[in-house]
Amino acid sequence: MVTGHGPVERVVRLWLPVGFFLIVALFPFYWMAVTSLKPNAELYNRNVMPLVVHHPTLKHYIDLLTQTSFLLWTWNTMVVAIVSTAISLVLGVMLAYPLARMRFAGAGLIAMTVAAIYLVPQPLLFIPLADLINRLGLGNTLSAVILTYPTMLVPFCAWLLLGYFKTVPKELEEAARIDGAGRLQTMRRIFLPLCTPGFISAGIFAFTLSQNEFLYALIFLTKSAVRTVPVGVIAELIRGDVFYWGQLMAGALLGSIPVAIIYSFFVEHYVAGLTSGSVKG
Amino acid sequence: MTIRSEPLAGIVRRRRPTASLSGWLDREAVFSWLMMAPPLLFLAALVGYPFCYGILLSLQDRPVAHAGTFVGLKNFVTNFNDPVFWRVTANTFIYTIAATLLKMVGGLALALAMNQQFPLKNPVRALLLLPFIVPTVLSTVAWMWILDPAFSVLNWFLIAVGVPKPGPSWLGNPVLAMGSIIVINTWRGLPFYGITLLAGLQTVPPELYEAATIDGASAWQRFRFVTLPLLQPITLIVTLFSVIFTFADFQLVYVLTHGGPQNATQLFATYAFDIAMGAGQLGHGASIALAMFPALALLILALTIYMRRG
Repeated sequence: MVTGHGPVERVVRLWLPVGFFLIVALFPFYWMAVTSLKPNAELYNRNVMPLVVHHPTLKHYIDLLTQTSFLLWTWNTMVVAIVSTAISLVLGVMLAYPLARMRFAGAGLIAMTVAAIYLVPQPLLFIPLADLINRLGLGNTLSAVILTYPTMLVPFCAWLLLGYFKTVPKELEEAARIDGAGRLQTMRRIFLPLCTPGFISAGIFAFTLSQNEFLYALIFLTKSAVRTVPVGVIAELIRGDVFYWGQLMAGALLGSIPVAIIYSFFVEHYVAGLTSGSVKG
Repeated sequence: MTIRSEPLAGIVRRRRPTASLSGWLDREAVFSWLMMAPPLLFLAALVGYPFCYGILLSLQDRPVAHAGTFVGLKNFVTNFNDPVFWRVTANTFIYTIAATLLKMVGGLALALAMNQQFPLKNPVRALLLLPFIVPTVLSTVAWMWILDPAFSVLNWFLIAVGVPKPGPSWLGNPVLAMGSIIVINTWRGLPFYGITLLAGLQTVPPELYEAATIDGASAWQRFRFVTLPLLQPITLIVTLFSVIFTFADFQLVYVLTHGGPQNATQLFATYAFDIAMGAGQLGHGASIALAMFPALALLILALTIYMRRG
């Protein structure tokens, strides 16, 4: 940790670079907000200074909420994200607990396999999965994505929880075992309640990953009524070559808000999970 | 001897495996495999099976909604003779390498800038991570508007500083389009690098810097011989993660350019999507997606071995 001495040096070493990164990181969001509040006459007039809103209007938000299925997409996105996160946490624990606590032949191999599956990107599997989902008759149902999102979330949760579980001391479990508790009982009553921070971390990541997923949702959900926000915005607010920029920006901003809120509440958990070196980038 | 054997015998008897069903269930291996069976079966059904089925598909001529016919390696031969396929291969490598280098250098700069004491440090860190957590598709839509051919705010700036109207066509020119997707991918991934490397920097013991300073090391030498070597492990993990998911990137390109203009930004994932979902050739599409596999397998193997939790 080297700190600058004079105020000039401090500006050059600290505020210039940090300010630059902040402006670059946040400008697109500022631009979303500004665009979504401009009336069309201002939006498509090249002679008006574009960086501020001269005549703010909520028209694009009202149109988005009344003329499109945006609220329904938001609902779908939430249902899918919550259910697939819950499934993934449960299945993730079932993988991570034995790997973290038990000694059995093949444990190392299973841990490696889980890590490898976690790293498989969706584009490698989407074509056979599309065929499989069609044959199961799940096309255009939320079940299609609720079933497929855990393919990436289960290995992810298992991996993150495995790292967390190993940091929890074993003494309480050993004491419970000596008192005659069965393994399942020890895990459920003694061990899992100690791991709440790990569940919050894994849960937030799984939730944001499901909100972010696009490829499977694009392929499996082609009817407006079952779409998630990212797919709905891309497929229905861009009609042919016509772009409804005001609505698009309003949708992009509103669609980002749930993730941003969850993130702002748990930012420390998020950063902790991020820096444990087990998160996709 | 006799005094000790009594309690020991008791323990052995209690642990005897076949004594009862509950005793059997209590064995570590039995408990573990029973517990892991549901998630493992789930992954086998929805990752293992599709992967094998994808290989089978790639060996078939399989129009959507029709039965497939086995054609051997025909799809792979078609790819080999397809100039677009080689363009896609080159694009994917250029995109991955350029974006990864930018993220690495920019992320290190961000981490070094943030590794100082200043007021509001935590809120600043939270804001810097926003590009990484906001759904990619939604932020890409904002970039699309920033680079719009007619109303680009970027060109408004450029024209204001004297660039002739109408300014560059960011997504219409093949080179600029590739540059644009590289920069946007960097924009999204850089905070992840920066914050992870920052955490790495904070684990460097201050004594090392003090010792180096006492030995007469300059600021650059402290960075080169203390900071960089200690950051190397975390950098390697972050880079492998980033390379894997940049290499197989889909959403950014699909939304921003659809692979255009004239396939200038087409990547493996978007090309496979076009062939399989657009043209309805599932078999051919699967063969393009599988073309990613050798490189991905090497990367995944490397990272899996590196981050093994023993």
